[in-house]
Amino acid sequence: MRKASKRWFIVFVMPTLAAFSIAFLIPFFMGLYLSFCEFRTVSDARFVGIQNYIRAFSDNGDFINALWFTVKFTFVAVILINVIAFLLALMLTKRIRGTNLFRTVFFMPNLIGGIVLGYIWQLIINGILFNYGYSIISNSSFGYWGLVALSSWQMIGYMMIIYIAGIQNISNAILEAARVDGASPFRILRSIIIPSVMPSITICLFLTITNSFKLFDQNLALTAGAPSKQTQMLALDIYNTFYGRVGYEGVGQAKAVVFFVLVAVVALMQLYLTRSREVEN
Amino acid sequence: MKKIKFSNVLIFILLLALSVVFLIPIVTVIVNSFKDKFSISQTPFVLPNRETFVGIENYISGINDTGFLSALFWSLFITVCSVAVIVLFTSMTAWYITRIKTRFNSLLYYLFVFSMIVPFQMVMFTMSKMANVLRLDNPVGLIFIYLGFGAGLSVFIFSGFVKSIPISLEEAAIIDGCNRLQTFWHVVFPILKPTAITVAILNTMWVWNDYLLPYLVIGSDYKTIPIAVQYLKGGYGSVDMGAMMAMLVLSILPVVIFYLACQKYIIKGVAAGAVKG
Repeated sequence: MRKASKRWFIVFVMPTLAAFSIAFLIPFFMGLYLSFCEFRTVSDARFVGIQNYIRAFSDNGDFINALWFTVKFTFVAVILINVIAFLLALMLTKRIRGTNLFRTVFFMPNLIGGIVLGYIWQLIINGILFNYGYSIISNSSFGYWGLVALSSWQMIGYMMIIYIAGIQNISNAILEAARVDGASPFRILRSIIIPSVMPSITICLFLTITNSFKLFDQNLALTAGAPSKQTQMLALDIYNTFYGRVGYEGVGQAKAVVFFVLVAVVALMQLYLTRSREVEN
Repeated sequence: MKKIKFSNVLIFILLLALSVVFLIPIVTVIVNSFKDKFSISQTPFVLPNRETFVGIENYISGINDTGFLSALFWSLFITVCSVAVIVLFTSMTAWYITRIKTRFNSLLYYLFVFSMIVPFQMVMFTMSKMANVLRLDNPVGLIFIYLGFGAGLSVFIFSGFVKSIPISLEEAAIIDGCNRLQTFWHVVFPILKPTAITVAILNTMWVWNDYLLPYLVIGSDYKTIPIAVQYLKGGYGSVDMGAMMAMLVLSILPVVIFYLACQKYIIKGVAAGAVKG
């Protein structure tokens, strides 16, 4: 029996596990170790303690700037995306003519890749700014709001779908009962709809926060960090630290570890906070 | 329609206006792809006139400059194969580690879940070096990497669904003389089909649009579409805006076709994937 189960383990789990180890597990632990080393290729690693972590923050202000820019971006983008997506979901669950068509249109940008999205919005924003004699890289706030507009355009549709599914799950009987009891639409929204879609809110916040934090392609295509790295987000800063010049691989890896810890802490904190508000049903 | 409510008319108009706003960027790119490259970046919102209209010239130069047809082929090849491999192997893995409860299997499950919150930057350097050493720096090797990288989310979604299947079905199959592989293939996988579609959709959207992973693993020998688009920008020279616009349209086209063809599944897949997440 033991032998048989071992054989099935090889059939069912081994292919995935082998790929998972090579693409993720081993690189992950190697990355953790290498963040305490100086290296160019990996095989020439030399242990240097926490020096890379110190350099990540002290060599230049890039990492701190990128961190601050990412936090500012994430905060505004997450609120905008979720509020608009939720409002759209409310409107699209009212049995209005053309609901399917609207849903199709709002969701479509989500399927377009980050690089392509970046260049589409570069064209739009540069076209508007040209009338005033600017371009998207003349001022970091153009790049900032450009990224906010781009990621709203991209992610609103996705979140809207999740909110619609949540709203459609609310039983009509409860809504009807509230209406008969004379509850105002606002009251119904606050006391029935929002508490019932808390699981959707949890998911959407999780997805928007992690996606905004990890944004890379859009950032690279829209401004590539210009002007002078002011619109560089964390992922792009890490990429540039690794591949921008030789000798900074260790620092790049240390930044990546800090980035990972940040994403994990923020995501888990958010999950904990919103999960605790979900109602049992 | 019994009575048309006034508020609903207002909402309809609002939604219509918003749809126009949502479509403007795409329409702008399409319009500009037919314009002379010098009149694009400064006046993108002007329709082409007799002087600036260039027909399909931008498309020809875009396709030639980037090798778009080969990029389209590699994108299709990598996406289709990766998604098929991911769906097949992760569903098997998820079923096995959910049904056979050993300490090792539950450790595996948590490792898969854990991998979902690790940003790509954490492993990008070591992973691409490793892919190099193991000679996985080609399209086929990339499919293997995608299986490893997509495993987290896919195993997680499949496991969530396997837990809800009554085990008695599988026991009946075993009693009837099926081995585990037959049980999985004839009994479990058909039940998993809707979930398999969800997993396939989510992974297609990811692999098709992925830029950094294929770029780091195979470089520009086998360009995928995102790499081909970014390649136009590369270097320090000025960008041929005409070719760029044409490329943007050509990259959006397959996505739109895919979307219109499988819209029902995509919308369902996104909603279902979120519930499990």
